[in-house]
Amino acid sequence: MRERVARLATRSIKKSSKVEGLKLALSMVDLTTLEGADTPGRVRQLCTKAVHLHSGRKDLPMVAAVCVYPTMVRVAREALKGTPIKVAAVATAFPSGMNPLAVKLEDTRYAVAEGAHEIDMVISRGDFLRGDYVRVADEIAEVKKACGEAHLKVILETGELGTLDRVRLASDIAMEAGADFIKTSTGKIQPAATPEVVLVMLQAISDFYRKTGKKIGMKPAGGIANAKAALNLLVMVREVLGPDWLNPDLFRIGASKLPNDILMQLEKERTGVYQGGDYFSND
Amino acid sequence: MSRNGTSGNHGRLDVRKTYKMLIGGSFVRSESGRALDVEAPGGKWLGHVCRASRKDFRNAVVLARKAASGWAGATAYLKGQILYRAAEMLEGRASGFREVLQSIGLSSGAAKAEVSQAIDLLVYYAGWSDKYLQVFGAVNPVATPHFNFSVTEPMGVVAYVAGEKRPLLDLVSGIAPIVVGGNAVITLSTGRAAVAAMELGEVLETSDFPPGVINLLCGLREELVGQMSSHMDVNALVVQGGDEKEHTASREACSLNLKRYFLRDTAGQGDEDPYRILDTVEIKTTWHPVGG
Amino acid sequence: MTKTSTTIGADWGYAPAPESADHFQLKDHYGLFIGGKFVPAVSGKRFKTINPANEKVIAEVADGGEKDVDKAVKAARTAFDKVWRKMSGRERGKYLYRIARIIQERARELAVVESMDGGKPIRESRDVDIPLAAAHFFYHAGWADKLGYAFPGKSVSPIGVAGQIIPWNFPLLMVAWKVAPALACGNTVVLKPAETTPLTALLFAEICQEAGLPEGVFNLVTGAGATGAALVNHPGLDKVAFTGSTEVGKAIQRSLAGRGTKLTLELGGKAAHIIFEDATIDQAVEGIINGIYFNQGHVCCAGSRLLVQESVEEEVVTKLKARMESLIVGDPLDKNTDIGAINSKAQCDRIRDYLKIGEEEGAELFQTQCSVPEKGYWIRPSFFTKVAQSHRIVQEEIFGPVLAIQTFRTLNEALEKANNTPYGLSGGVWTDKGAKIFKVTRGIRAGVIWANTFNKFDPTSPFGGYKESGYGREGGRHGLRPYVELS
Repeated sequence: MRERVARLATRSIKKSSKVEGLKLALSMVDLTTLEGADTPGRVRQLCTKAVHLHSGRKDLPMVAAVCVYPTMVRVAREALKGTPIKVAAVATAFPSGMNPLAVKLEDTRYAVAEGAHEIDMVISRGDFLRGDYVRVADEIAEVKKACGEAHLKVILETGELGTLDRVRLASDIAMEAGADFIKTSTGKIQPAATPEVVLVMLQAISDFYRKTGKKIGMKPAGGIANAKAALNLLVMVREVLGPDWLNPDLFRIGASKLPNDILMQLEKERTGVYQGGDYFSND
Repeated sequence: MSRNGTSGNHGRLDVRKTYKMLIGGSFVRSESGRALDVEAPGGKWLGHVCRASRKDFRNAVVLARKAASGWAGATAYLKGQILYRAAEMLEGRASGFREVLQSIGLSSGAAKAEVSQAIDLLVYYAGWSDKYLQVFGAVNPVATPHFNFSVTEPMGVVAYVAGEKRPLLDLVSGIAPIVVGGNAVITLSTGRAAVAAMELGEVLETSDFPPGVINLLCGLREELVGQMSSHMDVNALVVQGGDEKEHTASREACSLNLKRYFLRDTAGQGDEDPYRILDTVEIKTTWHPVGG
Repeated sequence: MTKTSTTIGADWGYAPAPESADHFQLKDHYGLFIGGKFVPAVSGKRFKTINPANEKVIAEVADGGEKDVDKAVKAARTAFDKVWRKMSGRERGKYLYRIARIIQERARELAVVESMDGGKPIRESRDVDIPLAAAHFFYHAGWADKLGYAFPGKSVSPIGVAGQIIPWNFPLLMVAWKVAPALACGNTVVLKPAETTPLTALLFAEICQEAGLPEGVFNLVTGAGATGAALVNHPGLDKVAFTGSTEVGKAIQRSLAGRGTKLTLELGGKAAHIIFEDATIDQAVEGIINGIYFNQGHVCCAGSRLLVQESVEEEVVTKLKARMESLIVGDPLDKNTDIGAINSKAQCDRIRDYLKIGEEEGAELFQTQCSVPEKGYWIRPSFFTKVAQSHRIVQEEIFGPVLAIQTFRTLNEALEKANNTPYGLSGGVWTDKGAKIFKVTRGIRAGVIWANTFNKFDPTSPFGGYKESGYGREGGRHGLRPYVELS
């Protein structure tokens, strides 16, 4: 596993390929704010940034989605009116998931009613680690029902699962139970989306596709702070799943600081000069 | 230089060095604030060195323990490279070191010899890093269908009390086999040898050793050997010099946590000896069935 | 945006990422390295070495004849008698440390030249070949003054002058494997590199000069088969070490029959790569790629015979095909290239012959669809199914990126097939069950077994074969034995 990851990391992406790759990565970002201290003002600022990443350039794609807590969904929908950017909400007692199923379903329904296009749920890690896989699967299926039209991402919280075998098992359970996307982490703990974990999940998706013909999406989240990491992810997707998965309908990147680093790289490619953080708005 | 501050060099005043101890990768003074005078054999005042307290030793153990698992996990190749780098750094400062040794009383011939031997000793032990397991480990032909193998593992944190006869060499000959075996070490240098130890700290700090793997204290034996012997989070104690009384008291204190105790010959025979590496490692034997 | 979201990314490819070759200068011709100096061949003859990726000439190299070999052996003898055998192990070791350090310092230059001269991808030469070569010198430098511990109960002394002949698949690394232990144990050396890859050996000779290695301790005579024969037959050698084909190895053993010269041989292989149904298949597939496709399959210990348990054959083959399609064949100096050029036209033709033979024998060929450059020597990664133990493509070493796939049903059947070969260099096994690992590794008759990994090398780990894959070990404590006299 380590070797495949290391070899994939040695891929060298240059020039036009790099620029295309960076823009592609940008179009896959779920711009995220999940703080207890979030306010409507903060969320509106984030949405403005999502639409308008950098005034200096007219050739940039927009991010794929904005990801917020359920009580901020309405604000986000309002701020993003008229744009194709989706609103994703975390739900099901994010990030711990330690509430009864009824509460988690209510959480989900509320977010959907407020206008969320996508729901990012967390699995019950405690149940999983106890070996109660049936319960874990049932919960996912129930949440999927509560989503209605919204698409469902299932967060495995790989940092709590312990081994790569368990990550594989959780991925398989989530896909069988109806996930549209499997996602690595809540971003609240470390380790989050390590290359080994991402590789295992991509392999799970590949096997699931071979068995059922269904294409499930993948979203790494947490700790993806720079453009190089993002390009590495694209390489992994391309080589394990193929070019069909290289679009925002099947691959997303959960991040908050990433877009600015990508913007700096794009500017460097355009001007030949390394950039500094002062020249890019933080939000 | 002289005590009253005048220097023989009229016109430009030297920037004098302050001797600090290398602990946890940083150079620090004793938390007790105490210092010791160092004088050359003729009585000429050389400067102050720290007088380490038992709290300094306690802090060093904490930092050594933190560093120990990382160092134990480093590849043999990497450990060898780092020790070789230490030899390179010492070689680069050889002439400066010779001066330091002469200032504390060695003849120029003895200083030259000691520095060269210390460099060669670092190279010697660097070369053992990726080999001693091939000499001391084993695959054991047990009578049941099992694959059975014995490997060495570092003990963890080792304390070393250096002798004073060869200020640089007594210290290097103690440190090298201990760290090659994968342990973190805390050393005590006393008397004039403390000066050489503090200078060595500067060499080791530039050699890529992770912080906390090597910690160099200086002070008084009577204040610290007891602490080193009784500390419950030190796995082994290696001692050079000292008298019968000190050794006996030490051994008794070591029994508190079954610390492994080794007494080194002060005459300096056997500096080049891989069995010193064997002293501060454990042997772990693993069984695994062979079957279908 | 004009592209719909489902077509974005479908066309994303990797742009060329060439390693730069402009930070050093190669000479346009090189002499032989004898007695510490570069000198032309007595006959004045030279031959060209080309870049197999574009067929361009890189440099001209001296063609050593019998007289040159004689000069070199005499220089090695003088250096042995007068300087090297008298030097303490500690001082010998210091020269080897210097050489190791200089290899590290000139690493990038050596990696680029290695790829240009031999065809292997720059990623391999940069990440594997050159660092391992340096590591070999570091490892053996440390043994030079510790040999007594390597041979308990014996008195250790050097043998004398060693003649060494190396192949073209890991040119600089093979120099390290041969020269480091020889010198560490107190011997002096005359080395003949392969005729298609002399350049990194010549740069190594420069490095010996930079390290101040005493003249005559290391000597280099470039040339082809005739030069090698002249070296082997020279009566002034105390030891011969050869890595290459089994055929030539046998010829060497024959010619040395009447003399007391010590001999070690590291020859061909046809390793069985066994995958059980309880293996982690994705990892095993990566192991197969590692085993036969990297370095263009130019590896004596390549996993060239796949033995897969029938219950997982379909899954393995399907995943293998998919993984193979992502391998990039191309310019060795491009950092994204996975599989480089075949070392020479002759080797390329030989591999093509085997591909034809395989199909004629009734096996089914699969090759990937990747593009290959116009000029140069290339083979796309391939495998054969519908293959029988008796097929030539299963029995004979192809030495290219071509895998033969067979199935088995039981552990014993796998072992039987694995051992049913005159070769015995290496083997591999994939299973998640610990006890099974040890049962299989115990059962394979080969000198190097990889369990749940493949093609791993380290200077501390002994390497060498059983049966017609040769005898003697290189690396580790056991690798010192061929280079010492014990009494």
